[in-house]
Amino acid sequence: MLRYTAKQLLNIAVTLLAVSFLVFALNELTPIDVARKLLGPYATQDQVDILYKQMGLDRSLLARYWEYLANALSGNFGESNLYRRPVAEILWDRLGNTLVLAGICFAVIVPFSALLGVLAGMRERSFVDRAVSVFASVCASIPEFALGVFLLAIFVVGLGILPGTSPLSTSGGWPIWSQFVLPVAVVTLYDGGYLISMIRSSMVEVMRQPYIRTATLKGMPFRNVVVKHALRNALITPFTVILLQLNYLVSGLVVVEMVFAYPGFGRMMLEAALNKDIALVEAGALCAVSVTMLTQILGDLGYMALDPRIRV
Amino acid sequence: MNEMDRNLAAGQPAAAVAVTPTEPAKSKSVRGRTWLAIRHSPIAMVGGSIVAFWIACALFAPWIAPYPPNKPDALLLAYPYPSAAHWLGVDNLGRDILSRLIWGARTVLTVAPVAVLGAATLGIILGLLAGYRGGWIDAVIMRTGDTLLAFPRIILYLIIIARFGASAFNIILVVTVTAAPIIARIVRGVTLDVRNRDYVAAARMRGESASYIMFVEILPNARGPLIVDLFLRLGFTTVTIGALGFLGVGLPPPDPDWGGMVKETYGMIFIWPHMTLFPAAAISSLVIGFNFLATGLQEMARDG
Repeated sequence: MLRYTAKQLLNIAVTLLAVSFLVFALNELTPIDVARKLLGPYATQDQVDILYKQMGLDRSLLARYWEYLANALSGNFGESNLYRRPVAEILWDRLGNTLVLAGICFAVIVPFSALLGVLAGMRERSFVDRAVSVFASVCASIPEFALGVFLLAIFVVGLGILPGTSPLSTSGGWPIWSQFVLPVAVVTLYDGGYLISMIRSSMVEVMRQPYIRTATLKGMPFRNVVVKHALRNALITPFTVILLQLNYLVSGLVVVEMVFAYPGFGRMMLEAALNKDIALVEAGALCAVSVTMLTQILGDLGYMALDPRIRV
Repeated sequence: MNEMDRNLAAGQPAAAVAVTPTEPAKSKSVRGRTWLAIRHSPIAMVGGSIVAFWIACALFAPWIAPYPPNKPDALLLAYPYPSAAHWLGVDNLGRDILSRLIWGARTVLTVAPVAVLGAATLGIILGLLAGYRGGWIDAVIMRTGDTLLAFPRIILYLIIIARFGASAFNIILVVTVTAAPIIARIVRGVTLDVRNRDYVAAARMRGESASYIMFVEILPNARGPLIVDLFLRLGFTTVTIGALGFLGVGLPPPDPDWGGMVKETYGMIFIWPHMTLFPAAAISSLVIGFNFLATGLQEMARDG
């Protein structure tokens, strides 16, 4: 297991290197835009050229990448053009907010979908199964922004019992906790819809196994069959998928953050991308990729711990 | 969805189902069997009807849309709600919402299938090459794919679109690049499974070219998982196009695009909620249609 982890960590390092170069090359192949963007549309071409030289943008791509890499390794990701602050500072700030939202969502999604998935899967083709399956399928099909709009129309416009934006400040008169309700609801329904189907099919698979039939035939109450025999095995397969959701929760929340004006990582990436804030985009991309790869390793390790048949 | 992303994971059930390779050239055509499956599955029927409805809207938009989609009329804002003259009301610029939805169907039903076809073509070729050739070709293709998959999808979109600007072509490009590795993975799996079978060896003995063996002998084995994946992917791509529109990096205005319509009227949801709700419902219905179709096909693949 130690060797496996070491190998995976090396793998991450190599991928991060490749990703950082790709993003760097993509953004900085023609860096003249950067100088122009900084100076605005009314600067003369001379001014743009001077800044271009000053920023060292006339050196070769590889030379610039090397410098960027050296800085990045020492924790310096440069300065954000958009916010005029060091990139690392903004990144931690926004990432923190997103982690809070992601943490709450994760804590709600997992029990919610495990419960519904197991309920549906334990009696295949029953009424409950049909109802839950359709519910899950519909939820997973409605785009996040549409789901957000629907919930907003009901709870904010119609009933007026929840705030429509979540800026994480109390200046609007709503307590902080209430600002989390709608974003978490959207993510739970959308992402949960997908997880429920995964857990349901795994449960269905397990309930068809001979050992379940044996347990039932020897007279064990159905409740015990489900709780003692089926549950753990049914949750092994979806486990990896459940962990992969972490990754969606950290960097896939752009749309939800936009709907509710939540100051998170995804919205920062959108703003950075729209404003050609390259330093921020590059650091953000590295961050997102690291999270993805770390969750994958975590998933593999957890899977090994759960299923004794798989050992590296 | 995410990513290795939800995208990939959604590919998984598809890949897991029906990878029992069937001998080629067996019984009915793919289209015939797909059609049969759709008729016998209620969920596929519902999905198919919704999709067919929007396809009809897209095809006949010029004839059935009651008004020009981009013609503003500020006077209509005196009463923008649904009425006999404007069934779904008008939007914040006084444009007829029904007409914009109908024309918007044309946009999304052009961009999404082209993007998915592009991804499928690239993914199939790469997957066949990786699986059939093996060795360093396999390593290069799969490693590149893994690197692309390590990006959360929406972040990759933002990076590319921020660099190259928002246009239908770039959206298609981005979807192709992100979906192709997943499709390649499905095809590669099937290829590895069948490449040492007798009929492949026989074709090799006959002196058939490598491309003949890959496309005619091997590829048909992947059609089951591929078809399901393609329908799921159409749904995802529709969501993506909508989400990009909503984020303001989608297709350029003024042509109607459902996600963009939600974005434009979102700020007015407190006074004129119908302007936002109708396009949101339209895009949801189309995605539900695609996903129900995929579910129906998946059930058929499982039940045989």
